[in-house]
Amino acid sequence: MTVVDDRPETVAPAPGRRPNRLLALLRNSWRQLTSMRTALILLFLLAIAAIPGSVLPQRGISPEKVNQYFVDHPDWAPRLDRIGAFEVFGSVWFSAIYLLLFTSLIGCILPRLRDHVRALRSRPPAAPKRMARLPQHTVLPAPAGGTAAIAQVLRKRRWRVEVRGDEVSAEKGYLKETGNLLFHTSLIAVLLGVALGSWYGWSGNRLLVAGADNAFCNTRQQYAEAKLGPRVDSAELPRFCLRLDDFQARFLPSGQPEFFNATVTVDGPDEPTRRADFSVNSPLRLADASVYLLGQGYAPVIRYTDRFGRSQTSTTPFLTTGDMGLTSEGLAAFPDANVDPATGQRAPDQQVAFTGIYLPTAPQKAPFVRSEYPTERNPTLNLVAYRGNLGLDAGIPGSVYQLDQRQVRAGKVKEVGTKLLRKGETWTLDDGTTVEFLGTERYVTLSVRHDPGSTMLLVSCGVLLVGLMGSLFGKRRRVWFRVTSADPTHESPTSGSSLMEVGGLPRTDYPGFADEFAQLVTAVSGADGAAERADTDADSSDRAGVREGTE
Amino acid sequence: MSALSDNLVTFAILTYLIAMISHAVEYALGNARTRVAVASPARELVGAGVGGGGGVIPEPPAPVPPTADGAARRARIAGLVAVGATALAAVLHLAALVTRGLAADRMPWGNMYEFVLTVTFIGVAAWLVVLWKRPLLRKLGLFLTLVMVLLVATAELVLYVPIVPLVPALNSYWFVIHVSTIVFASGIFLLGVVPAVGFLMRNGYEQGKRSFPYTLAKRLPGAVGLERLTFALHAFAFPIFTFAVIAGAIWAEAAWGRPWGWDPKETWAFISWVVYAGYLHARATPSVKRNVATWIAVLGFLTMLMNLFGVNIFFTGLHSYGGLD
Ligand code: HEM
Repeated sequence: MTVVDDRPETVAPAPGRRPNRLLALLRNSWRQLTSMRTALILLFLLAIAAIPGSVLPQRGISPEKVNQYFVDHPDWAPRLDRIGAFEVFGSVWFSAIYLLLFTSLIGCILPRLRDHVRALRSRPPAAPKRMARLPQHTVLPAPAGGTAAIAQVLRKRRWRVEVRGDEVSAEKGYLKETGNLLFHTSLIAVLLGVALGSWYGWSGNRLLVAGADNAFCNTRQQYAEAKLGPRVDSAELPRFCLRLDDFQARFLPSGQPEFFNATVTVDGPDEPTRRADFSVNSPLRLADASVYLLGQGYAPVIRYTDRFGRSQTSTTPFLTTGDMGLTSEGLAAFPDANVDPATGQRAPDQQVAFTGIYLPTAPQKAPFVRSEYPTERNPTLNLVAYRGNLGLDAGIPGSVYQLDQRQVRAGKVKEVGTKLLRKGETWTLDDGTTVEFLGTERYVTLSVRHDPGSTMLLVSCGVLLVGLMGSLFGKRRRVWFRVTSADPTHESPTSGSSLMEVGGLPRTDYPGFADEFAQLVTAVSGADGAAERADTDADSSDRAGVREGTE
Repeated sequence: MSALSDNLVTFAILTYLIAMISHAVEYALGNARTRVAVASPARELVGAGVGGGGGVIPEPPAPVPPTADGAARRARIAGLVAVGATALAAVLHLAALVTRGLAADRMPWGNMYEFVLTVTFIGVAAWLVVLWKRPLLRKLGLFLTLVMVLLVATAELVLYVPIVPLVPALNSYWFVIHVSTIVFASGIFLLGVVPAVGFLMRNGYEQGKRSFPYTLAKRLPGAVGLERLTFALHAFAFPIFTFAVIAGAIWAEAAWGRPWGWDPKETWAFISWVVYAGYLHARATPSVKRNVATWIAVLGFLTMLMNLFGVNIFFTGLHSYGGLD
């Protein structure tokens, strides 16, 4: 549309004597890069490049699924991995597209900004000689006040007015270009906000079991997964500790969750000690971090009494398997079991572990594999006991939630029985040792995050919206009035017999311009019988639209 | 109340079907409108509206004089019946939504079924507004009612789920803001695709193409008017959609700890946004033809559909609350 036409078609060629081929090439590429066409193509590429990010599993979102993909497609996965298909939004090609797009954007904004500032400071141009050629045109008696009266009406309607002799030029709708520039500039601000967040932001995820013994502090080591931006030093993380005091959940009869609330105690050098509640949708806001509630579950409390009569208690979170009833799986390991208290001698093949399924509401009859409801109406632990060398000392990192299957396969760990335990029940194993299911504690899964770019993001998104609306709904247009005395001697333009010729030009696609023009003319001529001619050219703006449309 | 809502949906579909058939009858009754118009005094407007005459959205033809021939009158009656049926269907549709909302005791946007039902309602309501302002666009109603029948029937037959309350992640006022604006923008985009497709066919027809889909456009309003309506609807919906995406990011920050995480649903919202931005750009670029730009708008709608159906069905993500297993 016309805004585009306003821009100088080409950058004036430098008045060089010998054309430098390299310079010419550079200049040409820059011109290409900052053209609307290129912007369009890059926008398209950006959309297309995002598609694999939704089709293929992404490391940043679901690393387990990426691993599964490697298992399922052993031939394809490494190849895809090499081109960054599992990290699309951080990949070289995705970044290249948006960086090019934003370069193009800057190259596009700067000259337009200059032109726009110039336009804002310049005066509305003089009337064309032959106003009859304008899309809107009419001639009618001039108001008594002449040009001064016309200018006054226009000013009242917030037109920018310039009076030159017996001509009045006026322009309106600078907001459109202002909004457009604001919109495009805030796109850059959005990108900077994102960049700020990824450079200086950090986040960590972990599971937190209720109780004072399980409190954790905000250090990198305390998180199961931590992500620190490249400009964040792990020693500089804000110092505070969190303890889960209470967790409440309410569920509907169908088992669907209805309400969660976690109560924690916060303390530490960087936070005043206090109690605080938070929930899904309303995170705990600390000075330099926010704590989000992501999930919840049960940690069965299991007491094992070994052959020397020594008891150990473990509270291990069992991970939920994703069903409505919170069926969970986990591992309770007792690597220090059966150490001879007299000699302190460890018997590495006498370590004990239990894997199991925890059912908060076990069904009344077998099979006891799926919980029927998420609260503890019939808490039941379905345990499998193992004895042998758990492999925990071998220095091979293993999951704390799963038994090391390599040890099982190697025959170093043997299954020694299975048993269904209700809360409070005790099970005596074949070697006379006992295991007791004491109850459960609640746990929550948390994400602790700090994003220093979020304020900038929010503000620039607001500006973006305002600019967008100005850009889409603003209409730039010009009108001109020429007062001519009917009296050829031209002595008094304000005499009752003088006429005014009015022309209007919409500078953007604006079907409603004819109406506005008519209204304006009526207002200016003081409605004294002049309205009759106002709608003569009513549909010519539409013709102008056609012309624009076929450009 | 819930059963009442289900019944109302069925009735709405049937009424849309009646509207569609009436529109088809109006269409089939040949050059009726041209003849009606010729019989009316506004001769020159006919050329503008029916021919390639451009941006003029013509005035409605004068009432049929008693001398107009039977086919013309029957066509006109069929058209009016179609509009009446569409309005009635919209009322039933709205009643279905209200009863569903009352039965669930919340806004009826909790799952894919309710979502599609609401989006289509916005689409039809906006259509009635457009029709009110531009009665001569009535013939587009055939496409609109076709879209309504298809989408509402899909909702009822494929997506239907019984009423359940919201999961806690959805229970926030940002949810109401985010989803209501998404629904609203989607409804306008849905309506926008009707004149877009109409324009593409009509434009081909006006350029002399006489093969199958183009011939359907013989009795559509002029291409330039259709194109303008397409743009107006998209320009209206785009900032709302932008706001909805931003509101979603604010909500996601509170619920999941990050404003944007490239979850499949977010990724597709991004894709739709970029494609629609591409449409607005293309339309503002003089060297890009209007039909190319309009294709981009249609593509934008396909990405919205992908987000609505495809993502809920094929992918799992934080947003998968479609209610289907
Ligand atoms: C970062 C990617 C970009 C996005 C998301 C974007 C988005 C938009 C949108 C939504 C509009 C419509 C608003 C309106 O019609 O006034 C628009 C208009 C415009 N854009 Fe962009 N844009 C981008 C990059 C660019 C670039 C690189 C250029 C320069 C080549 C550019 C130049 C323009 C111009 C001149 C208009 C005004 C069109 C008119 O006259 O209405 N944009 N842009």
